[in-house]
Amino acid sequence: MPLLKTPLNAVHRALGAKMVDFGGWDMPVEYQGVLDEHSAVRERAGLFDVSHMGELEVRGPQALDLVQHLTVNDASKLKPGQAQYSALLYGHGGFVDDILVHKVADEHYFLCVNASNQDKDYQHLAAHNRFDASVENAGPRYAQLAVQGPLATGVVQKLTDIHLTPIKRYHFVDGHFSGAPARIARTGYTGEDGWEIYIAPQFAERLWKEILAAGADAGILPCGLGARNTLRLESAMPLYGHEIHASITPWEAGLDWIVKLDKGDFLGREALVKQKQRGLTRKLAGFEVQGRGIARDGYEILKNGVGSGWVTSAGVIRGGPAPALNKNIGMGFLPVPLSEAGHAIEISVRGRGVEAVTVPMPFYKRAR
Amino acid sequence: MYPENYRYTKEHEWVHVENGVGTIGITDHAQHELGDIVYVELPKIGTHVEQAKNFAVVESVKAASEIFAPVSGEVIGANDALTATPELLNSDAHGAGWIAKIKLSVPEEIDRLLSPTDYQAYLGEG
Repeated sequence: MPLLKTPLNAVHRALGAKMVDFGGWDMPVEYQGVLDEHSAVRERAGLFDVSHMGELEVRGPQALDLVQHLTVNDASKLKPGQAQYSALLYGHGGFVDDILVHKVADEHYFLCVNASNQDKDYQHLAAHNRFDASVENAGPRYAQLAVQGPLATGVVQKLTDIHLTPIKRYHFVDGHFSGAPARIARTGYTGEDGWEIYIAPQFAERLWKEILAAGADAGILPCGLGARNTLRLESAMPLYGHEIHASITPWEAGLDWIVKLDKGDFLGREALVKQKQRGLTRKLAGFEVQGRGIARDGYEILKNGVGSGWVTSAGVIRGGPAPALNKNIGMGFLPVPLSEAGHAIEISVRGRGVEAVTVPMPFYKRAR
Repeated sequence: MYPENYRYTKEHEWVHVENGVGTIGITDHAQHELGDIVYVELPKIGTHVEQAKNFAVVESVKAASEIFAPVSGEVIGANDALTATPELLNSDAHGAGWIAKIKLSVPEEIDRLLSPTDYQAYLGEG
């Protein structure tokens, strides 16, 4: 099957981006370099093409009932214009996907889902839809641009009449963005303040260029999936296929805070209650590599030389404004007693045990 | 860009032979493809390496890449500067970013490597 392309594919190539196959999508991994792009978002602003992300529209008199039945967070608490981080689970308690649920109106919910999961998620919703609600797989109708970083609000404000400052984190407004109908949400996947802008694909190229021009004074950089990955890793945000997948539960992934057991029944609830009663055996932990070597996804984690877990995400991250030392960090699953901060572990790097220590997550938290 | 007196491999290493000792590194094309380099696993002095066999590892922000020895011989030097400043591989791949020095045990191996012209032609085909 040929790779899928976002409406900005030619723009990325013209900018000299290195392109990779990301879950079947031909996506930019970097333009001028992952470390510089990471720093741009932490210190100034970065622009990401995230048009590969999927969108599902749930509409109808029982739209809320369907969303409540299939997600772990309590969507009944949302007001129109508000969003929440949530997850779809199987009956056995493992993840179908992690998602953002936006309440557009009483009978309309807008779900942003992972690119490579959008068809699976749509099927999951359709298969469990015994409600008076419709589900639309709306990915092809949307492009999405993310503007992230401490200077992002100033950049986005230049292109819209919507007054952005009063919009709180995890809230959104429907309006116009440089003349294009847009959903402008104060959300992101970087650990910084920022915006995710949903538009029709035909506007993507013009708006991409206008955002880069509007952000030139602020030092905005186009950023690829490489920096998106290190930014989310540093903020300890899970990535589907790594920290979360069908055989991991929210308790194990440390996502207790999005599971609302008291909201009523939902798919996977019973399995989660049972697992909580039995007690967990493994849990996601953060670690910092102290020895010489770099952890990578899938490497084994050892304790006193004995295999104990595995790395889910890891990498080298710029530790702050230059000349800060780079940070060598990662996340992985470990037996519960070892998952607490302060345990000496080793990462098996090409057959060699490289010293590391478990540390609290997130690795980075922005100043507010 | 690609020094005339160096020889190159299709795996994107270079070797510069002087008085029976080959200085080895990765090509500018390789560093560009790898992106920001953050770690280099250097070979140990005194080890014997075989042509086309893995003898070092270069890790970028994206992935770990094995480096293959362009010539056989004994490792007689390693660039310790890369331990603290692996980014030298990005900024000066053909110079300050050299990885190791090998005392050639089979000098005629050099004849099997690519000239700068052939290497650049090879890059062009890719």
